[in-house]
Amino acid sequence: MGKFDREQILRTSGVDVLKCMRCGKCSATCPSYDEMEYHPHEFVYMVEKGETEKLMNSPSIYKCLSCFACVERCPRGVEPAKVVAAVRAQVLRQPGECRLSPDDIPALLDDDLPQQALVTAFRKYRK
Amino acid sequence: MQRIGVFVCWCGSNIAGTVDVEAVAEALSHEPGVVHAANYQYMCSEAGQNLIKDAIREHNLTGIVVCSCSPRMHEATFRKTAAAAGLNPYMVEIANIREQCSWIHKDKATGTEKAIILGRAAIAKVTLNAPLIAGESPVTKRALVIGGGIAGIQTALDIAEAGFEVDIVEKQPTIGGKMTQIDKTFPTLDCAACILTPKMVDCAQNEKIDILSYSEVTDVKGFVGNFHVKIKKKARYVDETKCTGCGLCTEKCPVKAVPNEFNLGMDNRRAVYIPFAQAVPKVATIDPNHCNMLKNGKCGLCAKLCTAGAIDYKQQDEIIEREYGAIVVATGYNPIKLDNYDEFAYSQSPDVVTSLEFERLTNAAGPTNGTLLRPSDGKHPHTIVFVQCVGSRDTSGCGKEYCSKICCMYTAKHAMLTREKYPDTDVYVFYIDVRTPGKNFDEFYRRAVEEYGVHYIKGMVGKVAPQSDGKLMVQASDLISNEQLHIEADMVVLAAAIEPDKSARPLATMLTASMDTNDFFTEAHPKLRPVESPTAGIFLSGACQGPKDIPETVSQASAAAAKVIGLLAKDKLTCNPCVAHSDELMCNGCSSCEKVCPYGAITYLDKEFRMPNRTTAIRRVASVNEAVCQGCGACTVACPSGAMDLKGFSNSQIMAEVDAICKMK
Repeated sequence: MGKFDREQILRTSGVDVLKCMRCGKCSATCPSYDEMEYHPHEFVYMVEKGETEKLMNSPSIYKCLSCFACVERCPRGVEPAKVVAAVRAQVLRQPGECRLSPDDIPALLDDDLPQQALVTAFRKYRK
Repeated sequence: MQRIGVFVCWCGSNIAGTVDVEAVAEALSHEPGVVHAANYQYMCSEAGQNLIKDAIREHNLTGIVVCSCSPRMHEATFRKTAAAAGLNPYMVEIANIREQCSWIHKDKATGTEKAIILGRAAIAKVTLNAPLIAGESPVTKRALVIGGGIAGIQTALDIAEAGFEVDIVEKQPTIGGKMTQIDKTFPTLDCAACILTPKMVDCAQNEKIDILSYSEVTDVKGFVGNFHVKIKKKARYVDETKCTGCGLCTEKCPVKAVPNEFNLGMDNRRAVYIPFAQAVPKVATIDPNHCNMLKNGKCGLCAKLCTAGAIDYKQQDEIIEREYGAIVVATGYNPIKLDNYDEFAYSQSPDVVTSLEFERLTNAAGPTNGTLLRPSDGKHPHTIVFVQCVGSRDTSGCGKEYCSKICCMYTAKHAMLTREKYPDTDVYVFYIDVRTPGKNFDEFYRRAVEEYGVHYIKGMVGKVAPQSDGKLMVQASDLISNEQLHIEADMVVLAAAIEPDKSARPLATMLTASMDTNDFFTEAHPKLRPVESPTAGIFLSGACQGPKDIPETVSQASAAAAKVIGLLAKDKLTCNPCVAHSDELMCNGCSSCEKVCPYGAITYLDKEFRMPNRTTAIRRVASVNEAVCQGCGACTVACPSGAMDLKGFSNSQIMAEVDAICKMK
């Protein structure tokens, strides 16, 4: 399972974790550092090692502010925030964890709701 | 008709193990033009060479094919053998049946078949070979060194030592380069000025060395042994021959607030200045951008004060033209600008400095006379954070992708010296990797940790935030204890990446010397010819070729000098005869070849040609300078009319080889 998750996370994030040279500037720059069990550099390293389960079970995935400071300052262009987002997506998209049924849609529709929001919600929560 | 001899080498079992050498010799003996075929255990041995010589004489051979190892290995050997037997050395072709055949095949039948095909190709080529005679060109016995830092100084001193004249062109008013700004040198901690300035003085006093300071190379023509160079000597508005360097003008000049380049703008100099006390030549220079007399004609104080009458406001830039046999590039490096690294607050706080600025702040001749004081308030810093790899090893596009090599050691030096002089100071060094692979280098770094108590922390600084109380809040990660650190620092020192000097790129264009994507000059061979440019007669010294510390720079500078001396010691140079040649009758004057030539070997000239009915016409045709051409063949590919051809590797020869390989038998 870990291997499958790893591949999925790498694919969704589009990040090449092997580019990381372990400088830790992502974690040095992270404003949520103290809130997190696993820090940005650990996300990159643990995905590389295939330890995705620990990450997926950790509340750290909801602590990332997506401020992209780590992406901005990484000297190797690794983009750790995208890895965090991909791990989060992997949790949300587990099979059987369906949070939106097509039957619910008519009730949700109103004039103010952009259709794009529905499409996005489907993409995120339907599996 | 050629009379060709074929010689198949066994190379012990190297070839004979996978190739039936007798079958190869037998098969090739039936090729058209072949009158003799033999095989032998070691063709390169004396006995093997004698076999070839005897055959040449006995069978009146006009060309030979040696089926053996790579031509890189023994082409020169067999050419000498042929020459000794009276055959033109360029009538020798090598069929590489070792590296390209026996070593890569296991099956003897396949190997033998391929060896025969390779031999056939070589026979087809040698059939079309023509004897070539290598030309000669004279050597001007004078060298030019571009850049007067420690690299240029060492190269010039070594060349002069061998008895050749050498000119140093330095764009600054003094020679000495970056080393003059450095306080102490690792790993022995001797004073940089104490070991450098005697060498600068040696340069000035050496009769063979001419220092052209405040000058730049503006044009280079010619080729190895015969360079013609134009040098612009910028007007310094002071007569170098009269100025005694007394410094009176530099003390009395009323324009006081010019940022002092020597101290990286951390203090001021006057509009007329001598960069530092030990400058060579010790001559004043007037900065035309700040001098009142030169700007609006109001002042003239220095001219009134100068007892030597050296001030000359009317001085003009001067172009000097000189001939050289060899050119050494020693243009050095600079720290990068830190505009892309706002997170370190370099532009926001004067207390965030680069390592070179820190060097000046600890130097006795620096803006603080050697006492380490914070630039903002002149107080002693009690907590200093050093950040390594600022802009080095950065593939994000903000910095440089390479390791700057010198930063680990100078940071260890700075940290150690700070702790030694000011033991009450806490010193932190943030590192990604500590790279100290030099003689006594790792011991030096460990001393900083073990004896001087410098805190080395594995991790990077994420941001530096100046606070209202004047402190700098440093937020960093400590990867080993896995925590985020917040350090209140008084100073932050950034180990900025180094890059080649900006003058290197235009200079490389002038010299037709190749560079890599980082603007470092490329060497002719990364291992075996590290101080030569691929362009003949151009040599590389110091950091213009790649990041280097002082010991390495000095070794390379001496190595470059040895190569220059080897060149200048010759009276004539033998040229490679396998060079391009243009058939004037076919040339249409399009300039395609001139544009692709990486060596600047092709020029165009207008030539008169006879036309029908006793008329003449002037046509523009390509002409190859055989001394400059390296025989790369780029022009032969670019030429649309087929006028350009490479001697020894003509288009017809290459096609004959291909035909021979493709021919079914």
